[in-house]
Amino acid sequence: MSIALAIIIGLAFGFALHRVGAGNPQHIINMLRLQDLHLAKVILFAIGISSLALFILLATGFIDQSHISIKAAYGGVIVGGLIFGIGFAVGGYCPGTCLVGVGGGRKDAIFFVLGGLIGAGVFTLVYGWLKATFPSLFDNIAGGKVTLADTGVDKFGGLFDNIPSLAIAAGIAILFMFGAWKLPQKFNV
Amino acid sequence: MQIKWDWLKGGAILGAVFLLAVVLVKPLGVSTQFVIFDGIVWNIFSDDVAKEDEQAKHGYTSDNAYLAKSGGKYAKNVDNPINYGFIMVIAMFAGGFLSSVIQKDKLSDKEKESPKVFRETGKSNRYMYAFLGGSLTLFGARLAGGCTSGHMMSGMMQTSLSGYLFAFGAFAAGIPIAIFFYRSKKGAA
Repeated sequence: MSIALAIIIGLAFGFALHRVGAGNPQHIINMLRLQDLHLAKVILFAIGISSLALFILLATGFIDQSHISIKAAYGGVIVGGLIFGIGFAVGGYCPGTCLVGVGGGRKDAIFFVLGGLIGAGVFTLVYGWLKATFPSLFDNIAGGKVTLADTGVDKFGGLFDNIPSLAIAAGIAILFMFGAWKLPQKFNV
Repeated sequence: MQIKWDWLKGGAILGAVFLLAVVLVKPLGVSTQFVIFDGIVWNIFSDDVAKEDEQAKHGYTSDNAYLAKSGGKYAKNVDNPINYGFIMVIAMFAGGFLSSVIQKDKLSDKEKESPKVFRETGKSNRYMYAFLGGSLTLFGARLAGGCTSGHMMSGMMQTSLSGYLFAFGAFAAGIPIAIFFYRSKKGAA
């Protein structure tokens, strides 16, 4: 059953990414150059609307709490994000869109995937050394697995316990969707 | 141009896919599977990559510290490639392929090799930067514990602190580097 779901969700995700143009590095590069914000608008709207729906489902108990999974916040998230950003700019793909690029017939995407396998392999090999040498890189920030709006799941903390979580989530979601609506599609540079 | 869905339609559908993933299984994530693929290949040549271990939470361990972490979660998936996360990512290729098949305007051979911003520099230059970009992107994503899908989309959907930190890092590096790296290239496509 979970394999059938994997196929359906993977197909839908890959299809949708390709339809919005995320499989084309030109769109990612021009977003990062602040010349064509189409993909930024897509992502902001996608996050905003899914977040609002998710927290409504959480508040009404329509979602299995074990499906919620919060990743830890630690120094490496920021450092890794910075390294990721360099590769993102130079390569024009991210780990998901390069797969969609390959599926859509792009040859440069194959090289990105191969590079990605090397980068992931190098990290796998140096992880033990990295953790022993720079332990502070893996120290949690603000408790680690925390959210701005409390999910109500015991093992994950909320940062603002005295404000109703649906209000926080809805506030952020509206901000994201408003940003998606108001950001200009293109800049004339 | 490969954009078929505008920001509103594309964002809504992509958001529906993130939400569906959490409602049915768990939040979407891609970059881990690059490690799993490396591990599957490595596992063919070595007996120490994924070993059964009754003491471990997921029943597996590894001589490699990264594959052994979190109670052998990665080692288990390396030894059992037909698992949800891996199949989901494989299905993403098919999603991109499907979308490109039903697309009327097919990619030219030139377009398959490189996006417009790389056109003047030749395909081997583009392939080199795609490879470099891929390796940095995946190294960074693994250090951060997730990528665009896991941290940015699924993370910020759940209002995870880690998601905002990752997005901050990725754009703080990605935007200035893209502006600098492509400074001599002409405007938006």
